[in-house]
Amino acid sequence: MSDQENKEKLVQAKKVWQEKTDKMIEKRPERKQFKLDSDLELERVYDPFHLEDFNYLDKLNWPGEYPFTRGIQPTMYRGRLWTMRQYAGFGSAEETNERFRYLLDQGQTGLSVAFDLPTQIGYDSDHPLARGEVGKVGVAIDTLADMEILMKSIPLDQVTTSMTINSPAAVLLAMYMAVAEKQGISLDKIGGTIQNDILKEYVARGTYIFPPRESMRIIVDIFSYAVENIPTWNTISISGYHIREAGSTAVQEVAFTLSNAIAYVEAALKAGLEVDQFAPRLSFFFNAHSNFFEEIAKFRAARRIWAKLMKERFGAKNPRSLMLRFHTQTAGSTLTAQQPDVNIMRVAYQALSAVLGGTQSLHTNSRDEALALPSEHSVLLALRTQQVVGYEIGAADTVDPLGGSYFIETLTDHMEEEVMRYIDRIDEMGGSVEAIEKGFIQKEIQASAYQYQKEVESQERVVVGVNKFQTSGEQPMDLLRMDPATSQRQVERIKEVRLSRDQGKVSDALQELRKAAQSDDNLMPHILKAVKAYATLGEICGVLRDVFGEYQQQITL
Amino acid sequence: MVDKPLRVLVGKIGLDGHDRGAKVVAQALRDAGMEVIYTGLRQTPEQIVEAALQEDVQVIGLSILSGAHMQLLPPVLEMLREQDSSDIIVVVGGIIPKEDITYLKENGVAEVFTPGSTTEEIISFVKKKVEQNQ
Repeated sequence: MSDQENKEKLVQAKKVWQEKTDKMIEKRPERKQFKLDSDLELERVYDPFHLEDFNYLDKLNWPGEYPFTRGIQPTMYRGRLWTMRQYAGFGSAEETNERFRYLLDQGQTGLSVAFDLPTQIGYDSDHPLARGEVGKVGVAIDTLADMEILMKSIPLDQVTTSMTINSPAAVLLAMYMAVAEKQGISLDKIGGTIQNDILKEYVARGTYIFPPRESMRIIVDIFSYAVENIPTWNTISISGYHIREAGSTAVQEVAFTLSNAIAYVEAALKAGLEVDQFAPRLSFFFNAHSNFFEEIAKFRAARRIWAKLMKERFGAKNPRSLMLRFHTQTAGSTLTAQQPDVNIMRVAYQALSAVLGGTQSLHTNSRDEALALPSEHSVLLALRTQQVVGYEIGAADTVDPLGGSYFIETLTDHMEEEVMRYIDRIDEMGGSVEAIEKGFIQKEIQASAYQYQKEVESQERVVVGVNKFQTSGEQPMDLLRMDPATSQRQVERIKEVRLSRDQGKVSDALQELRKAAQSDDNLMPHILKAVKAYATLGEICGVLRDVFGEYQQQITL
Repeated sequence: MVDKPLRVLVGKIGLDGHDRGAKVVAQALRDAGMEVIYTGLRQTPEQIVEAALQEDVQVIGLSILSGAHMQLLPPVLEMLREQDSSDIIVVVGGIIPKEDITYLKENGVAEVFTPGSTTEEIISFVKKKVEQNQ
């Protein structure tokens, strides 16, 4: 049979099916209209007509080949599973070190440090604004002494460490480097990631310190320092995770993340770096939300868009510059306080979507996180969930198993188009920094968050246990309670460090840092010197606050 | 006579940057006809009380998800008492464990809304409470 005859047969078959289905629907209508989180109305079924003119090489190609839609490595998880990396940190460095070692004993393969809010905002534990916050959402790190305890008995050449730290990223990175040196490990052997993504802090996460332009300078300083000194370190993790948690859609998550990424690339180029020098060390961080197929398509589309942008817009040549490598975390905002055990199922499906989307590392949330910080038992269940996905269900046994699906490919194309529409709009505004200063990105996220809430309240969107299938008289769970003495101990420790260090060395280092900040000097060597003299995080950030000023939040409501 | 619209201060107290809930609630209260003053992030207890008095609000809605609620909320309640302004209704939203809710309600918080609460519940609670106060 010729292609032409085949096609006619197909058209005919579809027509017959369509008529039959229309008649059936008259008698038994469908339940509702179906749509994606990103507002696309879904069709009843996807078929070969959706992929007419689909060019395999342009759109997909084989895994490990441009545009990397099917994954960044040729063998993906057949070679090595993703890194199982649970975000952890609470209380003091001692407590967190204990949790880290527990997780490593349970088969976790990388570390991920959560810092408390004072650390993330550059205040010492005894600062008045740190009141009540010390050791709460993460571990308190004031000086190198704390980092030494945090990484005690953990060989830094054998684990990779991700640190969720943004405004003061340079300081925490310097502390980590100093600990590695003390362990006798050369700096080209340490691996890990600092989040270092300030732009999303202004729109979604809130732990900014300095104004945007000064923050961009610090970030570029880190990029350029890393090229020579810590070549295997991921110098930034450009994050859509928090944008999504703040209420964006899947399309907005990718669009705003990639337009932030464009801003970082442009800033680095402007500072004189070559694209292939720093681009291989850029990494990404996405959310795995509840709409299963939309999420898978999102990850695949993000890889394809990034590869094209890097090649066509920035002229990158090194294949590693074109690869979008990303960490994923399941969506915290989908966890419910009602019937918390149901969260285990949500997390499992979200984790599976990340794996089918080709993630490089994964954090699975714990069932009790809408109630408190997770208990050790809940964290173990969350880790076991990804181990089941990795080892039991076969999801990791072939590369991009959904590639070629009429539905997934149509969705992937759709996501790419919608994301590019946003990126073009932001380009027209002058880029991400300008779009943030205008409040555009904030407003877009807010509108989506509000829409989502209205859909939940009208029951257009069902949340099991919240607006449907509620139960009364729920069982209490054993929750993690923080030791209230932690904060006091931390305050005592920082006082001890201040008394025992060489004050002259600290003052000199801080003075040098001030001069560097006032000039174009790279800040990293000066920060490293201050850290090694046991200057506190608050002192170092204080100098930079003096020179750079502080960001005043743009309130968009 | 037309009723004067209800005035509400919505604030983020402490260093917590999660403002999705606060903004959704602020917008919902506004859509329900109330006048909403939104403080933005990183407010101290002192700043919250000062703004509430200055703006002459009947209700303060505080959002906190960082776990610092037991340190940051009692000072707000205390300062309101000191300023003879205990009639200002304080409601709280966030991730707050049950035992802490009991304590906070005994000490002057009118209600605590945890994850899964609807804006409808919040709006009707606030309206009812203000009516009772008058």
